[in-house]
Amino acid sequence: MAQTSAEDLKITPLFDQHVAAGGRMVPFGGYNLPVQYPSGIMTEHKWTREQAGLFDVSHMGPSFLALTQPSGDAEADHAAIAAIIEPLISGDIAALKPGQIRYTLLLNETGGVIDDLMVARTTTPGTLYIVVNAGTKEGDFARIAAAAGDKAKLTRADDGALLALQGPEAVGVLSAMIPGVVELGFMQFGTFEWSGETLTIARAGYTGEDGFEILSSAATAPTLWAALLSDPRVKPVGLGARDSLRLEAGLPLYGHDLNETTSPIEADLGFAVSKRRREAADFPGASRILAERENGPARKRVGLIVEGAPAREGAEILDEAGAVIGVVTSGGFAPSLGKAIALGFVPPTHTAIGTKLAVSVRGRAQSAEVVATPFVPHRYFRKSS
Amino acid sequence: MTTKFTPDHEYIRVEGATGVVGITNYAQEALGDIVFVELPSVGKVLKKGDEAAVVESVKAASEIYAPVSGTVTEINEALSGEPGLVNQDPTAGGWIYKIAIADAGELDGLLDDAGYADLTK
Repeated sequence: MAQTSAEDLKITPLFDQHVAAGGRMVPFGGYNLPVQYPSGIMTEHKWTREQAGLFDVSHMGPSFLALTQPSGDAEADHAAIAAIIEPLISGDIAALKPGQIRYTLLLNETGGVIDDLMVARTTTPGTLYIVVNAGTKEGDFARIAAAAGDKAKLTRADDGALLALQGPEAVGVLSAMIPGVVELGFMQFGTFEWSGETLTIARAGYTGEDGFEILSSAATAPTLWAALLSDPRVKPVGLGARDSLRLEAGLPLYGHDLNETTSPIEADLGFAVSKRRREAADFPGASRILAERENGPARKRVGLIVEGAPAREGAEILDEAGAVIGVVTSGGFAPSLGKAIALGFVPPTHTAIGTKLAVSVRGRAQSAEVVATPFVPHRYFRKSS
Repeated sequence: MTTKFTPDHEYIRVEGATGVVGITNYAQEALGDIVFVELPSVGKVLKKGDEAAVVESVKAASEIYAPVSGTVTEINEALSGEPGLVNQDPTAGGWIYKIAIADAGELDGLLDDAGYADLTK
């Protein structure tokens, strides 16, 4: 097994807390992070679905993109900064209101996904808050900085800490410390004072549950981590349960379910290609993506329930006759369902809910069925506004 | 009754001409929550080192190798419904299969209690 030596790995500002809590540290995205704590993945997963799980996601890439010379006119400055980022991505950023977050895709010229990311409009005119994935952040940041030229400056915030508090009790826990967060709806964010520091808090996450992602300085992170954990509704949760939670929520994982060959339409992320952008056809790979949207893609991402042993990434998907028609891109055991689930790509002829398929696990065909995703319903807190 | 161990963290408890095979407590702790066990079929003939079973945790699949050569005589069917027995009690209720030992001499090549304790300390 390939091993990255410990010296090559970065640590997050919460490394000592993980070790003290008995976290089993593993290399992930260039960082040394806990895959689980002593209670184990199953317990951590269920706790997050029932109470609130606290995750260290400081390996991710939070950043701010700001106009170098804002005019002070909020709308004009927002239009100017949106015009810098939009040529790289699929989303309508110009239409964002202050405090609104959009899930969007960084695309290459052939319509493949370079990364999936969050872009949000801050209340500072001409400034965006952008969070990209850990494994892709160097390339993403270089790409964004190049597009910005001297018109805007990209400031990385990945030297701080990003904490995720996820689960039905997350809002109760966080609002006891910071009452203002109850005002946020799903995919909204703001800045909040806590313990002498300004925290950037987004009501978003990667578990399918209501919850928050909190950006803090490295210095404040251990105090914030401890304060959240002092609430009996909160337990620390590692990367193992983070993966099983996002899989149940049907959320793709970059580098597994998405890569530079996958188009948004194939990945069933057509919603991330905003209407205005579609009509203008002004994003990278527009010709392929719009053609696939019109005529259908060659393959499409589906959810599968698998009988028996979990089908892992790379397992072949077979049709009823036993012919190989696709591949599993993420798969594992769903603790909330007590069965194996998977995401994978198959031809559009085999994507209807209820289609009987099979997956090949250790050379044996096991029954599988196409099901709707999310596998476990999302429970986001949406505000009607 | 003797129990021997492999460097891959299988144990074999020798009961006369039969060995009871499973994974050690150390192994179950390292793997975490076991969610599926793929059992061998009764009658399967195994050579020492052959893949005999697979245990799956939430994260990954791990192969279980035959500590000695022989024929599978019995499997722990309870694991089909309750794979977590491997975590709860790996050496008793969480055993995986029984094997008719073909060559008792192969046991001598395995680790004893002290040797295994040394490996995992």
